[in-house]
Amino acid sequence: MVEFALPANSKIGAGKSWPKPEAAKNTKTFRVYRWNPDDGENPSVDTFEVDLDNCGPMVLDALIKIKNEIDPTLTFRRSCREGVCGSCAMNIDGTNTLACTKYLNEVDGEVKVYPLPHMPVVKDLVPDLTHVYAQYASIEPWLKAETPAPERERLQSPEERERLDGLWECILCFSCSTSCPSYWWNGDRYLGPAILLQAYRWIADSRDEATGERLDQLEDPFRLYRCHTIMNCTKTCPKSLNPAKAIAEIKKLMVERRG
Amino acid sequence: MNDQSNLRSPLGRVRGLGSAKDGTHHWWAQRLTALALIPLTIWFVGAVVSLIGADHAAVAAWIASPVVAGLLILLIVATFYHAALGLQVVIEDYVHGEGAKIALLLFVKALTIVLSLSAVLSVLTLLFTRA
Repeated sequence: MVEFALPANSKIGAGKSWPKPEAAKNTKTFRVYRWNPDDGENPSVDTFEVDLDNCGPMVLDALIKIKNEIDPTLTFRRSCREGVCGSCAMNIDGTNTLACTKYLNEVDGEVKVYPLPHMPVVKDLVPDLTHVYAQYASIEPWLKAETPAPERERLQSPEERERLDGLWECILCFSCSTSCPSYWWNGDRYLGPAILLQAYRWIADSRDEATGERLDQLEDPFRLYRCHTIMNCTKTCPKSLNPAKAIAEIKKLMVERRG
Repeated sequence: MNDQSNLRSPLGRVRGLGSAKDGTHHWWAQRLTALALIPLTIWFVGAVVSLIGADHAAVAAWIASPVVAGLLILLIVATFYHAALGLQVVIEDYVHGEGAKIALLLFVKALTIVLSLSAVLSVLTLLFTRA
């Protein structure tokens, strides 16, 4: 059955509380999920107080400040700090988003920070993305064409290029897939919104000649049709993309090619 | 994560048994039955409201018209087909034990067939015995 309760080793205990920094007037409380694979303990939630007068404006700034000044063992992924690499996707204040583009002042009260939901955790805020990367590889995300490459680039009209807008911007942070209950319950077979948006990005590309083959690979009760359009993906996307619409477009093409 | 009992590559696991090349018919049929049920249900509710207070003979006579009987049969078939398709998805989503899943899927199919068949035969009985 569906896992409505957490497995015993996922029950979250109370963690460490770090004292308020002295002389800080303007602090914000952070409750951060911690789990260490090496100590055999269950996960816990640590409490940190961050001096906002000495901190950048984003949640990522606060996390880096915690790691630099309070607890260097806090583990998370980050790289570009401007919303183009997708590394720092995590669950902040109950919503999957990028820590680097989430303003601290958008969060009322305590800032709760957890890893992306329903993924295996490597450590603290770092989810294991092995499976979802393999799902990405399975849709063969590259241009497929049998027509020999022309002397210069393969041409696209402005209209054809426009159809890729809203698709190419995806940075594969997986905020959407990990917000989707269908992906939680059946992620072993359901490809999830991020991968389906990527699949549609190649289906919608006028230069690609493998559209039918791509649709064949997706036509499956689990790979595609576990999407029940609850739209969590679109609501949570930190890049304001619409994976639910991309999935609907794939479903429309499935019907269209039948007759 | 590292699962020592399953050393198949992640890509191999994702590809699994391959695409079923199916699912579109199920999805499309569920949409079409949903669409058909909008006018049929409105018509049926309206008709039942207009029959409030009527005796058994009046209701039986109403059903015995070929048009009414035809629409009722369409309503019954669309309702139970739609229900069977929808419940199948719910079970596939939430029931992960293979045995329980197969048992429930078969039970839902059998139940919707029995109920729809009984309902259709009831309408036909009224249609053909009244004349």
